[in-house]
Amino acid sequence: MQDAPAHDVVAPSTVTMLAVNNIEVVYDNVVLVLKGVSLDVKAGQITTLLGANGAGKSTTLKAISGILFTERGSITKGSISLEGMPIHGRRPFEVTKLGIAQVFEGRRVFESLSCEENLIAGAHIERDMGKIRDGIERVFTYFPRIKERRNQLAGYLSGGEQQMLVIGRALMSSPKVVLLDEPSLGLAPMLVEEIFGIVKRLVSEQSLSVLLVEQNANMALTVADHGYVMENGRIVLEGSAEQMRSNSDIREFYLGINEGGSKKSYRDVKHYKRRKRWLS
Amino acid sequence: MKEEFEFLFSLVVSGLSIGMMYSLIALGFVLVYKATDAINFAQGEFVMLAGFICAGMLAASVPLWMAIPIAIIAMVVFSFALERVVLRPLLGRPVVAVIMATIGLAAILRGLPPITIGSQTLTIPLPIGDEPVKFLGTSLAQIQVLGLVVSAACLGGFTWFFMKSRMGVAMRAVADNQQVAMAMGINVERYFAIAWAMAGIVAALGGIIWGSMLGVDTQLALVGLKVFPVVILGGLDSIIGAVVGGLIIGVVESVAAGYLDPIVGGGTKDFAPYVVMIIALMFRPYGLFGKHKIERI
Repeated sequence: MQDAPAHDVVAPSTVTMLAVNNIEVVYDNVVLVLKGVSLDVKAGQITTLLGANGAGKSTTLKAISGILFTERGSITKGSISLEGMPIHGRRPFEVTKLGIAQVFEGRRVFESLSCEENLIAGAHIERDMGKIRDGIERVFTYFPRIKERRNQLAGYLSGGEQQMLVIGRALMSSPKVVLLDEPSLGLAPMLVEEIFGIVKRLVSEQSLSVLLVEQNANMALTVADHGYVMENGRIVLEGSAEQMRSNSDIREFYLGINEGGSKKSYRDVKHYKRRKRWLS
Repeated sequence: MKEEFEFLFSLVVSGLSIGMMYSLIALGFVLVYKATDAINFAQGEFVMLAGFICAGMLAASVPLWMAIPIAIIAMVVFSFALERVVLRPLLGRPVVAVIMATIGLAAILRGLPPITIGSQTLTIPLPIGDEPVKFLGTSLAQIQVLGLVVSAACLGGFTWFFMKSRMGVAMRAVADNQQVAMAMGINVERYFAIAWAMAGIVAALGGIIWGSMLGVDTQLALVGLKVFPVVILGGLDSIIGAVVGGLIIGVVESVAAGYLDPIVGGGTKDFAPYVVMIIALMFRPYGLFGKHKIERI
């Protein structure tokens, strides 16, 4: 490690919702993917987890939601807790019942179900039909476009609409924490902005906490309150979104801006990236 | 000319009623495939097993009104056990593994009756008359009418279940994407077990009706062979497809037997459905109502 991670004192005013404590994840009993990852998601905040492809961001989310076992992965060390209660090693449907909803990357709608049925499936843990109907209406107020297409098969929606649908579907279980994996993937910049705007509104109006995994660091850091950077299965940098935006390394490697404030050519960034890493 | 038409009409009517009963057996296959992606080659043997349970009960002088529910419950328990013991360990393995497991199971089930109770044919006498029901100048055996009603009720009931009930929606979600369904708080394994249990119920009803019509011995498992033309024509994952496929196969089989058997000397009943199946595979490999994977460009 060349640069010391910029650990900062976080304002103590907020409560920790979700705490990941030094977890190790192994795939197929041999491949060590996460090498001691710790992070906190504070209540009512958006916490973002940045990093390049293959850094272990999605694995971290899957470890939290318990989905990991379907990919022959398991947590071999460490702990995960929601509001102080340990949740690691539980089955995915139990984790969902405790209040964690996962939005997978790549807009994984139930293609052969209509939009409304997708939402109903999302509310599977809810027993009260009235609450489900309220939930659907609430999703429609945030995503009016889904309302227009409520009876259409989700497989035929546009990319942006599918992303809205999967976020809406995650809200249907009235979660405390939403794990949001790469919502910007493959979407037009304007749509990305719209969707992040809605997420920001949701967090403030619905008392949610969000753990956002992104490659679009620029966008993520404008909506997030706090950020982590991952590389090779480790957290290498942590700080408030503001600190991260002004961190010179982040600016160079993730935002593509040099000290003068002007955008760097891709070639320079690439050159730097090859030469310098936090971990090699 | 009029006689000609009446002959055809009676063939079609009898074909439709038999076809509806094929649909009932095919339904068991479709339910499992829809929810779990497993192809059950032992559906015919399920039917046979249910027939044996019911007929065996009756032979042990258990009254019919008890024998039927016992057969249904026994088939549910059997399917649950099968799912838990044989199929769950195969979760996430290649489809071929499940296919092989069900083929093996089929062979075992067919081998069981001869070594346990011998090879005599048992009967399931239902309290219905022998007098055929006459209508529109044609007639239908009462057992066929009963089969028609039970099949239609089951198919209607399961269609409602899948389209309207929350459990049905959850089940379709599981069929669509298991990993995402898990993240929705759906206990995927439980839904697999429910799908198998439903296949067991359908097999029990099919076994009682078919067993009552044909008699119960290992030959009863052969109705399972008709399931493949039905589901491939209709679409592997569609209940409506099972109904339409069943009706078409039933009519094809009945009409082919009526017109071709006198010429070729019999046996067309058994291969005509497969001719239709091969034609269907050439022109509509997904079947008439099967799910195409939605590809967006």
